[in-house]
Amino acid sequence: MPAYTFAVNGRTVTVDAPADMPLLWVLRDRLGVTGPKYGCGIDVCKACTSHLDGEAINPCVVAVSEVAGREVTTIEGLADGDALHPVQEAWLEQDVAQCGYCQPGQIMAAVALLRKTANPTDAEIDAIQNVCRCGTYVRIREAIKRAAAKM
Amino acid sequence: MGDPTASSTELTGGAVGRRRFLTFLVAAPTLTLATTDLAPDSAAAASVDVAAGLPGLPQPADIMDLGDVLILAGTPTAHLLVLEVTEDGEAHFELPRAEVGQGITTAVAMLVAEELDLPLAKVRVRLADARPELLMNQLTGGSNTIRSVYGPVRRAAAAARARLVAAAGARWDLAPGLLATRDGAVVAPDGRTASYGSLTSLAATLPLPGLTAKPKPESEHTLVGTPTSRVDARAMVTGAMRYTLDLDVAGAMPTMVRRPPTINGTVRSVDNEAEVRAMPGVIDLAVVPTGVAVMAETFGQAQDAKDALDVTWNGGTVDSLSDAGIRKRLRAAALPFAVPPLLTRYVDAEFDFAFVSHAPLETNCAIADVREDRAEIWAGLKSPIVARQTIAAAIGLPEGRVTVHVRQSGGSFGRRLFFDGALEAAQISKAMARPVKLMWSRIDDMRHGRARPATHHKIRATYALGRVLTYEHRVAAVETDLRHGLGEILTATAAGLPVAGNLSFAQTVFLTTVKVPYDFGVVTELLNEVPLKMHTASWRSVYSANTRGAEEILVDELAKKMGRDPVAFRRAFLKTDRQRRVLDKVAAEGDWGRAMPAGFAQGVGFHDEYQSCTACLVEIDARDPGEPRVVRAVIAADVGRPINPRGLEAQLLGGLTDAISTTLRAGLHIDRGLPLEGSYSQFHYARQKDSPSDVRIFIMPAGGEPGGAGELGVPAAVGAIANAYARATGIRPRSFPINFDVDFTPFPR
Repeated sequence: MPAYTFAVNGRTVTVDAPADMPLLWVLRDRLGVTGPKYGCGIDVCKACTSHLDGEAINPCVVAVSEVAGREVTTIEGLADGDALHPVQEAWLEQDVAQCGYCQPGQIMAAVALLRKTANPTDAEIDAIQNVCRCGTYVRIREAIKRAAAKM
Repeated sequence: MGDPTASSTELTGGAVGRRRFLTFLVAAPTLTLATTDLAPDSAAAASVDVAAGLPGLPQPADIMDLGDVLILAGTPTAHLLVLEVTEDGEAHFELPRAEVGQGITTAVAMLVAEELDLPLAKVRVRLADARPELLMNQLTGGSNTIRSVYGPVRRAAAAARARLVAAAGARWDLAPGLLATRDGAVVAPDGRTASYGSLTSLAATLPLPGLTAKPKPESEHTLVGTPTSRVDARAMVTGAMRYTLDLDVAGAMPTMVRRPPTINGTVRSVDNEAEVRAMPGVIDLAVVPTGVAVMAETFGQAQDAKDALDVTWNGGTVDSLSDAGIRKRLRAAALPFAVPPLLTRYVDAEFDFAFVSHAPLETNCAIADVREDRAEIWAGLKSPIVARQTIAAAIGLPEGRVTVHVRQSGGSFGRRLFFDGALEAAQISKAMARPVKLMWSRIDDMRHGRARPATHHKIRATYALGRVLTYEHRVAAVETDLRHGLGEILTATAAGLPVAGNLSFAQTVFLTTVKVPYDFGVVTELLNEVPLKMHTASWRSVYSANTRGAEEILVDELAKKMGRDPVAFRRAFLKTDRQRRVLDKVAAEGDWGRAMPAGFAQGVGFHDEYQSCTACLVEIDARDPGEPRVVRAVIAADVGRPINPRGLEAQLLGGLTDAISTTLRAGLHIDRGLPLEGSYSQFHYARQKDSPSDVRIFIMPAGGEPGGAGELGVPAAVGAIANAYARATGIRPRSFPINFDVDFTPFPR
């Protein structure tokens, strides 16, 4: 089996895995990085949203071979030690989460959006596809705007 | 638990009534308490007084609702709720309920913190394992958690505080009446303080036969009733929260199941077992009652392997059934009206609602470790006692050898009342003789998971001279599976139920949850079920989302026929001032009646259940009737006594989003024995673009005991959205979801 070396949340890892193994299962089942969640496996629910070199990806449909030599960031790598990322802080201030299962993905999607555009419009926020089955969308929108104002 | 040391406590007070309860000191090195009611409230008697004041004849749910039934059933074991004060000064409470996002661990932590005068951060609420001694007091449903634990948790904490104060008094040789509590410590008049942690051992051993304690008067609450953020929010935003599949149970490897092409199909033969066993990462394979289980090194490999299986299947239980046939059977099952529309004017309407997946984002999952002589299970479970009984029987172990851990889970909406994932995981673990970590695929979760049953509704109202004379609602529904312990509860409380005759459990649940909040003369609402062998379960608000949603649509049509404005009409016919205040709030805050551009409209809905009531006003943009969007919503709710208004608002927000989804686009098509929908790309639960950006929620001031609130938000919002859609488009919606084309290519079976 080929070995792939890449960084996860600043730590260099090497994994023996088939080239087409989805990154989600490499993270969760091989590396014990459980922040990214399974919700559909086909890039529809976006619960696993993480970053590859700073851009939003969905590890359920990204093969491990694609990340070799690159930097993967999951929800666990967003904060700087105990200091939360402003988006995480905004999430706490708006008390966004209910069941919480989709929220790592929602936060990673929001961080990626704010990297692209400092003050996203409502239409840009509407374009976020991440499903929240608890229906926290109103608070997600408020938290993104709050984070944008902070950053 | 050791022999309890009993100390009698008396509580008297106007609103609560005279009660006596005991405080048990459980044998433990630190202070661990449990309380019991000796004379539980007669929920029925209390509610009858309320019903007596209502105009019109009371309906069963006015007299005793399902929540009252659950409280009554749980009362004999309410003293078994356990609170511990630790030596590091924390309070630990074991909650025998399931946290699935509804915020009960936060609300209960607030109750404990309030009563103990302890910072909220020092209260830990964990979910109790299945505790069979709790009998009927470990079911999470019926919007009942806060209603049922509000009294017992406060009494346990008040007793703990009294013991800590007594311990400080003994240490300092001061009368307890001179001492106060503040910030997790007992304070003496001279300023000396003793932390709870330093007192807990003494408090646990001190003989205090005459100790009295009573919870604080609600007027002194400083934390309860104030908006508070979730106690688990930080874990959720950092990814530290551990859901079932995030647990590292030794040896439990990823496992998935290949399921039949139709509901309840079974395996006849596996035709390429050797080939699949040889696939990369595959560890084991076993045939179980629900399909073929495959264990692998990773879930990705388990999925590849189960997809590669070549299985010959036996038929299922509804193989020839599709939506058209189901609808036909429902229409035939709807009972006839009693009142012929001969001499009066009337409004008739019929409605259909599709099946709806619960679709919690965390799919059905469990960890099971079944050995020769014992078993251990981890899963999100709302009825863990019944789960434990059923699993023990299925794997051939005595119940006492099965430990069931209740895990916080990623949504439920009624789904986790059933434990089919945990049962299946146990069966696989037994078959493979290894621990398993079972996950359902999303496709399986939608197609072979549970769903809110399809329903058909016939409603007729007759009226004359500005009064509604009769109101009849006939509901026909595919049977809702209630076999998660509710039957035992209803049997145990049967003598007190306000329904006569030999009704089924389902009819009893229907009658104790659904009521018309309006004075509509002679009212009858009847349920007739069609038993189809499909996987169903209560879905947030059980029958009310459809039943009351349809009624709110009819109310608008009735108002129109009678020449009244929808808000003015409701106002005139609602039964109580409390209800009218909630309606008035949304009408005023939502600027009811304001001019709207073409294609836009307002709509209003009202709902009353479990001693709470709510009104919802929405504005819809339906310029394209095929792609409507709710753009604004105003919600008001009176829940008697809000514990955490911030969490309550979250629940109402969730109810609104559920209503947007199920009214406009989200449902399941049944086609030859299987739902067509298999993921969120097909089952159109709302996304950000479907959600309004302007939502305002108003919680009415506290006045009484807490009512139920977890499901409250759905029915009023269903009515409001459908009514807004009708006013914006001129199309009277009759079938839900309104836009329900098969706009996708189904996944292979």
